Amino acid sequence: MTPPDGHGEGLVGKPVARPNVRRLIHGRGRYTDDITVPHMLHAAFVRSPYGHARVNGIDSTMADGAPGVVRIVTGAEIAEICTPMIAVAAHRPGHKSAPQHMLAVDHACYQGEAVAAVIAASRAEAEDAAELVVVDWDELPAVMDMMEALSPDSPPIHPELGDNLCFQHVIDTGDAAAALAAADFVVEHEFEFGRHTAVTLEGRVILADWDPVEERLTVHQSHQSPYQMQDVYSRHLGIPEHKVRVITPDIGGGFGLKINVHGEEVAIAAISMMLGKPVKYTADRLESFVADYQTRDHLGFAKMGVDADGRITSMDFDNILSVGPYTAYIRFGLAEGVMAINCAAAPYGLTDYHARTRVAYVNKGVVGMFRGVGVPIGCAVTEVLVDQAAAKAEIDPVEFRRMNYHTDEDYPLTSVGGYAAKYMSLHRCLDACADIMDYKALRADQARKRETGVFRGVGVVTFVEAAAFGPIYYGPSGARVSTQDGCTVKLEPSGVVRCLTSVTDQGQGTLTGIAQIVADQLGIGMDDIDVIAGDSATTPYGGGAWASRGMAIGGEAALQAGKALKDNILDLAASILQTVPAALTLSGGEIRDVATGEARMGLAELAKVGYFRQDTLPAGTQPELMVTRHYVPGASYFVANGVQGAQVEIDVETGFIKLLGWWMADDCGRVINPLMVDEQIRGGIIQGIGNTLYEHCQYDETGQMLNASLADYLLPMAGEMPDIKIAHVETPIGSTELGANGIGESGTIGAIAALWCAVNDALRPLGAQVTKQPFTPEHILDVIEKAGRT
Amino acid sequence: MNEETTQISLTVNGAPVTRAVAVRRHLVDFLRLDLNLTGSHLACEHGVCGACTVRVDGNVTRGCLMLAVQTDGADVVTIEGLSASGEVADLQKEFEARNAAQCGFCTPGMVLTSAELLAAGGVPSREVIRDHLSGNLCRCTGYQAIVDAVEATAKSRAAAGAGA
Repeated sequence: MTPPDGHGEGLVGKPVARPNVRRLIHGRGRYTDDITVPHMLHAAFVRSPYGHARVNGIDSTMADGAPGVVRIVTGAEIAEICTPMIAVAAHRPGHKSAPQHMLAVDHACYQGEAVAAVIAASRAEAEDAAELVVVDWDELPAVMDMMEALSPDSPPIHPELGDNLCFQHVIDTGDAAAALAAADFVVEHEFEFGRHTAVTLEGRVILADWDPVEERLTVHQSHQSPYQMQDVYSRHLGIPEHKVRVITPDIGGGFGLKINVHGEEVAIAAISMMLGKPVKYTADRLESFVADYQTRDHLGFAKMGVDADGRITSMDFDNILSVGPYTAYIRFGLAEGVMAINCAAAPYGLTDYHARTRVAYVNKGVVGMFRGVGVPIGCAVTEVLVDQAAAKAEIDPVEFRRMNYHTDEDYPLTSVGGYAAKYMSLHRCLDACADIMDYKALRADQARKRETGVFRGVGVVTFVEAAAFGPIYYGPSGARVSTQDGCTVKLEPSGVVRCLTSVTDQGQGTLTGIAQIVADQLGIGMDDIDVIAGDSATTPYGGGAWASRGMAIGGEAALQAGKALKDNILDLAASILQTVPAALTLSGGEIRDVATGEARMGLAELAKVGYFRQDTLPAGTQPELMVTRHYVPGASYFVANGVQGAQVEIDVETGFIKLLGWWMADDCGRVINPLMVDEQIRGGIIQGIGNTLYEHCQYDETGQMLNASLADYLLPMAGEMPDIKIAHVETPIGSTELGANGIGESGTIGAIAALWCAVNDALRPLGAQVTKQPFTPEHILDVIEKAGRT
Repeated sequence: MNEETTQISLTVNGAPVTRAVAVRRHLVDFLRLDLNLTGSHLACEHGVCGACTVRVDGNVTRGCLMLAVQTDGADVVTIEGLSASGEVADLQKEFEARNAAQCGFCTPGMVLTSAELLAAGGVPSREVIRDHLSGNLCRCTGYQAIVDAVEATAKSRAAAGAGA
């Protein structure tokens, strides 16, 4: 592949291994919990045992005297020095959310909500003492069902809001009711997407260190955005921003969970200020289950109208979701619902679409950001209907999709749901996926197996991924979300290069991609470049890691910074070599003559002059061998797309689903590093499979989470997961010079739809269809039995 | 209430260690907090995820399900010691080449568990490798690259053995 500007070393596009993975493989990672500092204290939280309760008082007399205890801090004490989180979107009229204190003050709204912190010399002592804190609770009725929450009779969780409707949003394009009425046939389906949670292997961890002498807060935190947290600590605790430094060391998994603001973590910073000592908090697994921000929890009722030629004309999608008792701070839980109806039907050329999303407050954990944010819901709902329509029309589902996709000539376009795409390579991805999965052979195998009473199913689905959100999207919301990223590139005196980037890396390989991009611009190899990230005090300001922005936005900033440093280097070299910059270029660590390729001067020699021997330069020369560039995306978001295929076998006696094969053809724009892209895809797919087959935060009617342990909450393990075959369709996006799009969420988004469609395909001969995830064996047997009765 | 402690002597990564430990302290807290061996991780502390995997007397063990006092007289090897020994240098190279680690939090446990399978010799099938790794939770990779790395190491060890 040709590197972006055609004259680098060609690292972009190569499967370069990650230099920063070695230490992790050798057990030398440095995660937040690995860090200890002098005078450090430990925190444990006292949490609500109820789904909904009033806090009448907290008696810490017994705990105060327990061994090692330094102090018990209540939510009310935190509230005296820390303002609450208020997540109301300025651009969404009607959206309402109650103020959320960092620790509950007098009203606990979900099981596990922290009401007090015990600070002690060790975590064990803090936990011991937490059991001695006596809270006077009044249990309140818990609102657990989202449909009941929305009924006028439901008691509002926050009386001051009037009801439990957080927000609703309607999309009305064309006249869906009329088009559905006029359709040759209409298919419909009900959906339930169970609530689940991220389960980062490393829980949330924070070490906050307030220096009362310098009045300076230094925080080490397992978080995706040090900049966002610097802003939060500064504003909520009233610390001038330049006295707040947030460092994000190695992170044991993010997936969106660690872009959220969890009140407990801000409380730890507040407590460090109260005590003038460093305080560490590490969430254990039970705490992670009940107090991590969770995700999904949707219901859907959807219809699709098709004309006599097999063309999809119309769709109606009613979506309801619950987001817990608060809208998640700082970026709102609204995208989970809005994106679901926004992205639905995006690949297809229908003209009439009606959709509504209603968001309910319930007494479960808060729903925050997680890989895919609503898009898996919209994709799954659409693709299930498309498969049903194809079956009814008796057209092969792959053919049916091809017939109904937007054509290449339709772009740029805005989908019926409002998805603005400059281009989507739908047809090419469909061909590529059908090719690698040998689609026809799978259908032949399916037919043969069915004759022997074996139920195999094939799902081939289209997905879209909204990536790299820009200021057009977040700006009007009023949320302090940085949608730009920056990169500083510095030539060191020995001729090697150091980069500082605002994107952060939780294992995606983003920093490796940044190094590849900059190295190509400067004509150097991977051994001569290092990348630093995750320190709000020293790196350029930016977003961090969210919405698959690392390469799309951070990569472009890196490319522009690399180019600018190259220009400066060539200017200086031209001055030294007494030629013009245009006559020179960089490659192999040398400044070379463009015409002959002859090496004129090494980078080390140039840097030596630039830093130590300026006396040899013409008077007034000011070498600038460190530059910074930022990149602000011009669109609301970039649209990546692709196709996934899944093959399953269902044991109709036990309800067990066996995964036989998995394929994906993706288009994430220019592929900077295929090794990293493939691993994002594979990891994302397995997470999507887990979401669909296993994961479920089960709550009872009083608000107790029933399966808050890794023994009870099921996740994909190596034994049941398939190998995944990948093909890349590469359409560099036109709006950046780099051309990279997002890939972090595509695997998860498409996997959920693929599994819905493959399982339904296997069950179709039985007249059964799944309606709720996770697809437990019980659910499979239920739908088979129900079909048998009708 | 003062913490009840007991004195233990054991070998950790080849070096003798004697410490007074709280009787309730589990092995990984002992390794991490008392010996500063932070390569072993805690992710569930109830024996499901495998992030805390260490080797005790030659056997792969869940460090969170064993109390430190139970290791009195034992030979404990952690990822730090295993890496330093060079025993898994080939496996670690395969992990790196295939990006079989993303966040890396499960990786020490994966390496220890894989080393146990590889030490048994031969070239296990992918199914056997997947089965063997089924007690170690990875949230990032989707497992395939890890299976690839173990398979490649087994093949190259078998080839080297055949050539020797």
